[in-house]
Amino acid sequence: MPELSLDLAAAAGLFVPLLHAPRLPLPIDEVRVSAGFPSPAADYEDKQLDINEYLVRNPVSTFFFSVEGDSMQGSEIFDGDILVVDKSIRPRHGQIVIAFVDGQRLVKRLYQRAGRVALLAENPAYPPLEIREGMELVVWGVVTGKFKHFGA
Amino acid sequence: MPVFALVDCNNFYASCEKLFDPTLKDKPVVVLSNNDGCVVARSAEVKALGIPMGVPWFKIQQEAKRYGIVAFSSNYALYADMSNRVVEILSSYSPNIEVYSIDESFLELSGFERVGFQEYGQTIRQQIADWLGLAVCVGVGPTKTLAKLANHCAKKLLAGDQGVCDFTTLAPEQVSQLFDRIEVGEVWGVGRKITAKLEAMGIHTVRQLRDTDAETLRSRFSVVLERTVRELRGVSCLDLQEVVPEKQQIMSSRSFGRLVYDREDLEEAVASYVSRAAEKLRNQDSLAGAIQVYIRTNIFKPEVPQYQRSMTIPLPEASADTRILVGWAIKVLRRIYRPGYGYHKAGITLLEIVPKANQQFSLLVPSEMENGRNERLMATLDAINGRYGRGSLRLAAEGVAKEWQMRRGNLSPRYTTEWGGVARVLAG
Repeated sequence: MPELSLDLAAAAGLFVPLLHAPRLPLPIDEVRVSAGFPSPAADYEDKQLDINEYLVRNPVSTFFFSVEGDSMQGSEIFDGDILVVDKSIRPRHGQIVIAFVDGQRLVKRLYQRAGRVALLAENPAYPPLEIREGMELVVWGVVTGKFKHFGA
Repeated sequence: MPVFALVDCNNFYASCEKLFDPTLKDKPVVVLSNNDGCVVARSAEVKALGIPMGVPWFKIQQEAKRYGIVAFSSNYALYADMSNRVVEILSSYSPNIEVYSIDESFLELSGFERVGFQEYGQTIRQQIADWLGLAVCVGVGPTKTLAKLANHCAKKLLAGDQGVCDFTTLAPEQVSQLFDRIEVGEVWGVGRKITAKLEAMGIHTVRQLRDTDAETLRSRFSVVLERTVRELRGVSCLDLQEVVPEKQQIMSSRSFGRLVYDREDLEEAVASYVSRAAEKLRNQDSLAGAIQVYIRTNIFKPEVPQYQRSMTIPLPEASADTRILVGWAIKVLRRIYRPGYGYHKAGITLLEIVPKANQQFSLLVPSEMENGRNERLMATLDAINGRYGRGSLRLAAEGVAKEWQMRRGNLSPRYTTEWGGVARVLAG
């Protein structure tokens, strides 16, 4: 039974992107209390890690996208990863972004220097995508993290 | 003096669809009602084509083809999530907020005069655009009715600046001139019937309505219209309705995609409605003490045999267990079902809802230990459905094929509420 409820907490906390997602209690130190000298760890029992808090700084403006392809593997973004995208961050040169170009949703590194705007891949097999006049680029949001479930 | 703002999302449903789909940029987009019947939302491009709200989709097939109109079924999960996000942002701009509808909220801004409402509205607009990619208009006025009208002015570019219109800074003669140009039907609470009656009395513009004797209107119409007129004059009569009471009843009903004749099909539909409602019930940590089931034929087709029936039964013990609730609902359904009719709609309502903490145990029901186990089972059910998508794990009674389910020809993915719906980005 305990395993089951732990699994549930994991399912509810880890995988449901609610605005007020339940805090995920990770019992990193299930302290066994023994008679005698009080455990020095007892004071820290209330410390719990929350994976939402780790990955999502601003839940209201955070959205998820899933990755298709290998052009960003140099930044450790792989096929099937889920990206954490915070739309409230103003996109800047050098950031990894979700970009809408010519009807496509792309994940690329934004290059914005000396009048040149381009979307760079992180894989030598893919050339940069130069944004020229007449092309429409919408930088949708900034990628702030990623996660993956191994299905184990 | 109170000050209200009405914040309204522009073309909300259509904008939500466009937000995640880059192929829809500058394309005319409509969203259709349940069963893909009528146009319930239009993008700016569709409005520009002159296609009216509410028109049946089949009637505009030619235009749709000619202009390449893209039609979506209503993706309520997506709209509700985006709406919650908008409200979350708005809540940081005022402690007093009334969520009026899925795409409109009233904010009380009394006490924020120093900031300047034009600028304040602009900030709200900018933040929602930056954080959510949605456009809103803001109307500000000393009454809710005026705030709503100011919003209309902002949207139609009649007054204000960059999507924000503040009546509180307009001179009285400016307001009067503006009201000369707005039809009376645009006023909040003045519907089609009242508009027709007013026009028969020679009242066509908002200014005329505002300047009509309130007592006369009260005697000819109702106290409601009198109040509207007072509000148009700047006398605040309507307060914010902030408090959202915990739901005292939870309903789930749908029209079917086609007529349903078999009891088994109706049972599947009812079972699945109950399971949706039970999930909501558990979400608010409550139990239902009674359940109502109703079924009816298509009342809009008087030429076919008509039948409708509803029945409520109290449960032996309040419960949030899908299996128990479904069991009772099906018992009720079997009592009210009559063969030989084509059923068009079915629905269930969970009633007598109480917080779980107040639960009273009956002598005739299983022990508390058993209850604990059932609760965990239900939590598992909710967790799995939360993770893999609604309906992934369900009772066999809900059926598999869902023959009766409403037509949703072109439903966009649940981009923000289901893992399977998360938009894919190309790393290529």
